[in-house]
Amino acid sequence: MIVGEQKPLEEIMNLLGDARRVLVAGCGTCVTVCFAGGEKEAAILASALRMKSKLEGHPMEVDEVTVQRQCEWEYIDPLADRLKDYDVVLSLACGIGVQAMNERFPDAITLPGLNTTFLGLPEEHGIWEERCQACGDCILGITFGICPIARCSKQLLNGPCGGSQNGVCEVNPDIPCAWQLIWERAMKFGQVERLLEIQPPKNWSRSRDGGPRKIVREDLRLPEEE
Amino acid sequence: MSEQTNGYKSGSNLEKLLRAGHFVVTAEIGPPQSADPEVIRRKARLLKGVVDATNITDNQTAIVRMSSIASAVLAMQEGVEPIVQMTCRDRNRLAMQSDLLGAYALGARNLLCLTGDHQSFGNHPTAKNVHDLDSIQFIRMVRDMRDEGRFQCGDEIKGVRPRFFIGAAENPFGDPFDFRPYRLMKKVAAGVDFIQTQIILDIPRFREFMKRVVDMGLHEKVYILAGIGPLKSAGAARYMRDKVPGMRVRDEYVERMEAAVAGIPKEDKKARKEAWEREGIRIAIEQIQEIREIPGVAGVHIMAIEWEEAVRPIVEGAGLLPRPVVE
Repeated sequence: MIVGEQKPLEEIMNLLGDARRVLVAGCGTCVTVCFAGGEKEAAILASALRMKSKLEGHPMEVDEVTVQRQCEWEYIDPLADRLKDYDVVLSLACGIGVQAMNERFPDAITLPGLNTTFLGLPEEHGIWEERCQACGDCILGITFGICPIARCSKQLLNGPCGGSQNGVCEVNPDIPCAWQLIWERAMKFGQVERLLEIQPPKNWSRSRDGGPRKIVREDLRLPEEE
Repeated sequence: MSEQTNGYKSGSNLEKLLRAGHFVVTAEIGPPQSADPEVIRRKARLLKGVVDATNITDNQTAIVRMSSIASAVLAMQEGVEPIVQMTCRDRNRLAMQSDLLGAYALGARNLLCLTGDHQSFGNHPTAKNVHDLDSIQFIRMVRDMRDEGRFQCGDEIKGVRPRFFIGAAENPFGDPFDFRPYRLMKKVAAGVDFIQTQIILDIPRFREFMKRVVDMGLHEKVYILAGIGPLKSAGAARYMRDKVPGMRVRDEYVERMEAAVAGIPKEDKKARKEAWEREGIRIAIEQIQEIREIPGVAGVHIMAIEWEEAVRPIVEGAGLLPRPVVE
């Protein structure tokens, strides 16, 4: 899932500037699961904004709404009528949701209340870790199910760098060395020889480096209306 | 092999000496965090005639310094053969190849292909890193430029090819330990000619690593230079033991450095410094003598970081002067 983290209140206040009427828009999918931008967080943030703006002497009217998915037109379209009542929408969705709102409602300004952090999972309650970089060319099949693009600080494809020690990354002892994990999996399955093959330079053009990406599935497209 | 290089891969002094079977000595020069050419010249003069070639580091520990290629040219002007270090951290494959063409055109003949320390260690921790290639892919690219006359994309190099003697690093103290010799094997398969190891302050572990390397026959395919890092103080020894990722320092070295200043009052900083430096140099000399006897070791690489003055007494003390000359 997409993992996000709420921006500091101070930063949000700065973004809102002198807006008087604010709609906080939560999202019911990924950011709800990671407790960053769901219905509950939207309500808490809305009330924090009301209090803070009042304390600072320029009270805002803040309402909140949460849609099932801010990244799909059908879920955000019903908001259309409400938006004219507000100076600004503060979205608690990921960056996709924020952009969807701006794209679908070009006359309204939607600002981000979250930092979209990574694609990952809850390792345990209250801890999320990155697992995927959406590089567009999955190599998990040759790295025993552990991604060095997302989990090695240097995105190495041919084994660990010299900074791997005691199972952790040189960057931070809280980061497990991806290549240590890959090596252990290879050992477990008795397939170390698969790691001895030289992996050629990666084709980054399928990643973000090739420019913004797009998928067109002709088999799924609807016929154009007459 | 080409006519221009008389049957050598690059024709560098380092390559010729290794090929002739000499026990080689390399050192390193860290470029300044300024545009002052005199820093390189001064360091180069300290090393001239003392070592066979000297590494020129590339923004080491991710701190911005004078370009390794520019510094290498300055070193050559002082009569010191450079080993240009290049990391995968700061350049993509276009920039790497372009700089390799330039470095060769300027006379550099040795190259050390590195992954690079993570930028979070340096003075620009908010920088974006590159890592378009990893060090093994980098080695293969340089070899293909030299031996196949092709750029990484497959296009032919029309005209002069950059013919580097290709080096890489290996850390016998990194983990997973069992993977390390295989990683070296991959570097050999990619086309590396020589290896410089991480600073060795755990000789038994290095011995075990070399045993595996020799058992795999890798020492016959690549020249391995053992990393020597003279200790400057007890604090430095403790720091390397406790804080530097990928390093292993046996307690005996820390204890020897601590004992070196026993009886010297803390206020007498000069006497303590001198005592530490004497002991650091003595340890380095002893290490070279011990490591020389380990099968598969073709030379030493002395990393006297910001202490280039230590290199001559170490090389001299180890009985490695004068340096051999080959034509």
